[in-house]
Amino acid sequence: MKGYNFAYLDEQTKRMIRRAILKAVAIPGHQIPFGSREIPLPYGWGTGGIQVTAAILGADDRLKVIDQGADDTTNAVSIRRFFARTADVATTTKTADATVIQTRHRIPETALRDGQIIVYQVPQPEPMYRLEPSRVETRRMHALADYGLMHVKLYEDIARLGHIGISYDYPVMVNARYLMAPSPIPAFDNPKMHMMPALQLFGAGREKRIYAVPPYTEVRSLDFVDHPFHPARAPHACGLCGAGDSYLDEVLTDDRGGRLFVCSDTDYCETRRADGQVGAEGVPVGMPGGAVEATQ
Amino acid sequence: MSATIDLPGFADPARDAQRAFRAVLAAMAEPGSLRMAGDDLIAPAPLAPATAAVLLTLVDGDMSLAMDAATYPAHPWVIFHCGTTLTEPAKARFIVALDCPDLSTLPSGSDEAPEESSTLILQVRALGSGTPYCLSGPGLRSPMILRADGLPADFAAHWAANHALFPRGIDIILCAGATLVALPRSMTVENA
Amino acid sequence: MAYVAVKGGERAIDNAHAWLAETRRGNPDVPEIGVAQIAEQIGRAVDRVMGEGSLFDRELAALAIKQSQGDLIEAAFLLRAYRTTLPRFIHSEPVDTAGMAIRRRISATFKDLPGGQILGPTYDYTHRLLDFALASEATVAAAPEASHPVGEMAHVHSLLRHEGLLENDEPAAAGEPGDLTRQPLSFPAPRDVRLQALARGDEGFLLALGYSTQRGWGGTHPFAGEIRMGEAVVEIIPPELGFPIDIGDITLTECQMINQFKGSKTVPAQFTRGYGLVFGHSERKAMAMALVDRAMRAEELGEDVTAPAQNIEFVLYHSDNVEGTGFTEHLKLPHYVDFQSELETVRRMRRDMAAPMAEVAQ
Repeated sequence: MKGYNFAYLDEQTKRMIRRAILKAVAIPGHQIPFGSREIPLPYGWGTGGIQVTAAILGADDRLKVIDQGADDTTNAVSIRRFFARTADVATTTKTADATVIQTRHRIPETALRDGQIIVYQVPQPEPMYRLEPSRVETRRMHALADYGLMHVKLYEDIARLGHIGISYDYPVMVNARYLMAPSPIPAFDNPKMHMMPALQLFGAGREKRIYAVPPYTEVRSLDFVDHPFHPARAPHACGLCGAGDSYLDEVLTDDRGGRLFVCSDTDYCETRRADGQVGAEGVPVGMPGGAVEATQ
Repeated sequence: MSATIDLPGFADPARDAQRAFRAVLAAMAEPGSLRMAGDDLIAPAPLAPATAAVLLTLVDGDMSLAMDAATYPAHPWVIFHCGTTLTEPAKARFIVALDCPDLSTLPSGSDEAPEESSTLILQVRALGSGTPYCLSGPGLRSPMILRADGLPADFAAHWAANHALFPRGIDIILCAGATLVALPRSMTVENA
Repeated sequence: MAYVAVKGGERAIDNAHAWLAETRRGNPDVPEIGVAQIAEQIGRAVDRVMGEGSLFDRELAALAIKQSQGDLIEAAFLLRAYRTTLPRFIHSEPVDTAGMAIRRRISATFKDLPGGQILGPTYDYTHRLLDFALASEATVAAAPEASHPVGEMAHVHSLLRHEGLLENDEPAAAGEPGDLTRQPLSFPAPRDVRLQALARGDEGFLLALGYSTQRGWGGTHPFAGEIRMGEAVVEIIPPELGFPIDIGDITLTECQMINQFKGSKTVPAQFTRGYGLVFGHSERKAMAMALVDRAMRAEELGEDVTAPAQNIEFVLYHSDNVEGTGFTEHLKLPHYVDFQSELETVRRMRRDMAAPMAEVAQ
């Protein structure tokens, strides 16, 4: 884009972010403070992810941007356009074709592979912030690997509710050293982080932190021997493609309790339907009418 | 001396720095793997193209840099192209060396800020051949063998002391010719 | 009934922007407002946007106000996102506010003092009655000129210094002052970084915090030692010259609050100071800043830290309105994946609760 550097950020800023990313990879799960810049999107809308993506993106990359698993949500569209404008980079909606995937709140259903990079947008990098709001204190706890506060919280959940009451942004231990916020992905996605072949980078712009999980690194969701981690999904199959293994969005279809469950990962759902898979409430791709019919 | 300064830096700074960075990032994410960097760069002697590329990619006036005496002829080029001044290794966040310094003398960060540590850019004779080392840790699905020619004989022992500091510690980028390999502090390195 | 998946986000965004542009312009029969008119006639808004946007440029601030339809936080955001792309050529020398060309200078601590009290262009003693004459265009009579020129005025605190009743200026920190636009906050945050955060901070937030100290939430016993507003010279020292050169004037408002201090085992009782300095004519902001600056010195001065305004981490992490508005408003982004996971959890909790209740009923 005229008047701006490749991928918007100036080279000095990119160097600063790149140095932070390398430290983050060298210390898996540890939050690296960085001089987060003010960029032309609001804080809380992916400014950390955008800065990380801008620092790594090159002309050879193919970028996929998703929000809630979907490529066509407005914020995903907006961020994809930002990079198409400022970096003239090729974009794709296919998980398998992407070299860099920027995401908010989901990990794609299609398993990521060696050489891919997934960049998470992180609103709150500190996993203990609800228990201890002072970052001076939580920093000390990370230094001492003192995570008793979090274990007590989970134990109290079990005592009171019979199970752990966290359903997203479920805390993980990385490389058996750092407690880490996986960003607000559903707990359903947590197991995908463990020994993932792709490099995982996390950017929190407003909170000015970058952290990372290298490929093939141990990522364990916190749990107890007698209360093992239990990732939940709605107990249904996708109404459009019939998938029984994907994370589902619940769509209200009327005010009398009618609802439709569909894959939150639009690429996964579309790929399955293109392969001829049809859910109970869908119609095969290519049928007349265009819109996807759903009976209730 | 002026002949050294006259050598250009990156031909296309934004593009070339991005490519070199991705090589370093891939090397750091998969420790022990060989990556290419600086293959189209004319490096000032005695720096290898990969060493010069890493410097242009990561170092600027915001970062303190130390270079050992053996790299002296290249200092004017580095100072000019990186826009930085040189300091002593004990105060530096980046250190360039042709001879491996005592890792225990370099800044290794603190428990609260282990990132405030040095990255050692260590130039060796060759990567992919030479003494075999067995690497394991984050980034590797299974242990792998790295061959490097030019590391000190007792490198594995020194590295073990560095790794024991984790999460504090030094990260190393090994450079030879236009290849590089990264050894983040999280790695276990043993004589194979 | 048909279910149509949400598509066409790109077209929706384009259409939204077109509608926004039309709405911004308003009724085309009404003349369009010019950037120069905003810079000249809506000056207090321009001052606030320059301060919170951290960029002294009246024309750009006026443009940002026009572009944001007068949403001043949005305007500050626009200015900051532009500022962050600008190269940094050089640092200026510290501005000398004692040498300021004074337009307003008042002290609440002395009836009269060298240089006198100068009211300047203030709303203080206007009666807040809507002036219907302003609704129609009318020429404004020129204000009377002073009979003699106003010279340089020493700061009030410098007049008290010889008695030792007032704390001295801190010695300047070695090296460059901190800059939180380049380095993330870390704690303990030094006073230079704290003052930078306050100068960029949201006027409303600082006002509320400063006000809270007056109501007992971390009392500082403040007196407005001096408030001054005027034009100060900005100087730089180009390395090739080695001496300072004048590159222009900026309008500043400065506030020195004087606060009672009980003293400690090593320091006798004296008055301490809280400091406020902001771009443009922004007295409310400068005063609130000085109150909060002093409150944040509680720990340094051996006072109990009990109130929000004294908690440095709390104040610094929440004073920035560009950060705050972004994160508050991000709640309107889709969160249905997380909400779905919560729905499943709540349904499970209700099932768990219903089962034993059914048993009891049997």
